[in-house]
Amino acid sequence: MQLAIFWIFAFFMVFFGALVVLLRNPVSSAMSLVLSFLFLAGLFMTLDAFFIGIIQVLVYAGAVMVLFLFIIMLLDLKSEKQRKLKVGAWLGGGAVLAGFVYTILHVVGRMPGAEQAMPVLPGGVGSDVARIGWVLFERYNMPLQVVGVLLLVATVGVVILSRKELK
Amino acid sequence: MDCTQIYQIVMMPEVFLVWTSLAKILGLLGIVLGLVSYTVYAERRVSAFIQDRLGPNRVGPQGLIQPIADAFKLVLKENFMPAGVNKFFYYIAPKLSMIPAILVLAVLPFGSTLLGVPMVIAGIDIGVLWVFAVSSLGVYGIVLAGWASNSKYSFLGGIRSSSQMISYELSLGLSVIPVFMVVGTLNLPEIVLYQVKNGWLIAPFWPQGFDLAKLAENPGGAWEMVVASFAAGFSLQKLLLWVPLFLSFIVFLVSIFAETNRAPFDLPEAEQELVAGYHTEYSSMGFALFFLGEYAAMIAASGVIVTLFLGGWSLPLVPDGSAESFFGLSFVPGWLAGVLWGFVNIGVFFGKVIALLLFMIWVRWTVPRFRYDQLMKLGWYFFFELALFNILLTALVLIFVP
Repeated sequence: MQLAIFWIFAFFMVFFGALVVLLRNPVSSAMSLVLSFLFLAGLFMTLDAFFIGIIQVLVYAGAVMVLFLFIIMLLDLKSEKQRKLKVGAWLGGGAVLAGFVYTILHVVGRMPGAEQAMPVLPGGVGSDVARIGWVLFERYNMPLQVVGVLLLVATVGVVILSRKELK
Repeated sequence: MDCTQIYQIVMMPEVFLVWTSLAKILGLLGIVLGLVSYTVYAERRVSAFIQDRLGPNRVGPQGLIQPIADAFKLVLKENFMPAGVNKFFYYIAPKLSMIPAILVLAVLPFGSTLLGVPMVIAGIDIGVLWVFAVSSLGVYGIVLAGWASNSKYSFLGGIRSSSQMISYELSLGLSVIPVFMVVGTLNLPEIVLYQVKNGWLIAPFWPQGFDLAKLAENPGGAWEMVVASFAAGFSLQKLLLWVPLFLSFIVFLVSIFAETNRAPFDLPEAEQELVAGYHTEYSSMGFALFFLGEYAAMIAASGVIVTLFLGGWSLPLVPDGSAESFFGLSFVPGWLAGVLWGFVNIGVFFGKVIALLLFMIWVRWTVPRFRYDQLMKLGWYFFFELALFNILLTALVLIFVP
């Protein structure tokens, strides 16, 4: 049962991922990416990672892609739709894809312990949200704070850069 | 196959889960869709009352059959498609705005239990995040409708709506974090159970352990019992926590108005400026689906507010579905008493939802519309900071006041 669900979600995830590249209308591509994200969230949930799955929907499908769509809609889509695919582009894309797949297989194949499942999060009982919270704030508290400061600096930087009267 | 075999199959855990879930889905959908059409009717009647008009009162007594007549009218109208639209997205946009509003209902506990079956379709541990995730997908329907219609008015409405929804999602998400810090779970049924035990989250005082049975034994000591129960329910932490929880209730409520595109934040469909905003080019069932989606989103949002802050299906002194007596009446058997109280709980939940819906309608016909820059400033400069400060305040109270 779980295996069947995995294959259904995996198939549709890859299918819509491919449509992102193959469709010529940028809005259709963006919506395919949203669907691909939704199926990816389903995959996370079959692994009992409900929190990560729902955050995938909330952040990527619900917020980031809306902003993407927002910007795409302001573009001139007619010129984009009329562009023809060229042989050179196909070959270049294929070469990049092959190199990427080779690298991934090479690295993952040689990584020690890559074929083992990740250990279960400590914390025992309770929802995975609580357990992720414990791990983040107990074991990885310092890195979390550092990431927080980094994001804060980036946010302040954006605010300063986007001010109109930059002196 | 005889009766006992069928009974065994029906009571198998997986089969039991499937058919009870299906029954709950059908029941909830029926109630909510009925509520949608009568919310539209209430909107027209209440707005008429506020503006000193009559409103629709011709079809049936007090115009009560008006929603059915409206539905027939919309079904029979021509489904006109303007030239130059993107056909696929034009067709799919109304559905995309309807589906998320319905999906939110899946995690709402709309009652306690009926014969031991919890009255929630999916009591998942990430309930609140599910609500935010699914309702954040609702923006696609509006954006795509605005874009695919190939009309300037629709497009401006879609753009306004998407930026508004993204802006207010932040304060919406941040404003409920104090609730989780106090309750300690994201599971909506458990949040309701916490409120049954410790009082509604927006109430600073709560009578703890007030019992009607004890009152009946000693009617003279009623006042002492009231005082004693309030004293039992009092704690300094609860009183201090009331400040951030009430602030988060206010921020959440206002953000919900913006998320559901209701007045005073209904800029995406501001009639004077944009005709009807993103659904200008829709007719017949496409238009009806947008309308239904908007009101279903209102009902779902009211359900979330009721669940998080107003005690869900609970009411003081009303027992839940596990009760064994119905007002002490001897001819009501124990199981029937539980069922009756279960239905009372469902009624309490929808009563609270209807009260909130009437509040939303009241606000719409009372408060003038915001200007667009005012709306954005309110969201980014005021509510966002207030929600962040609120989290800090809750943490301080929880740490320093035991």
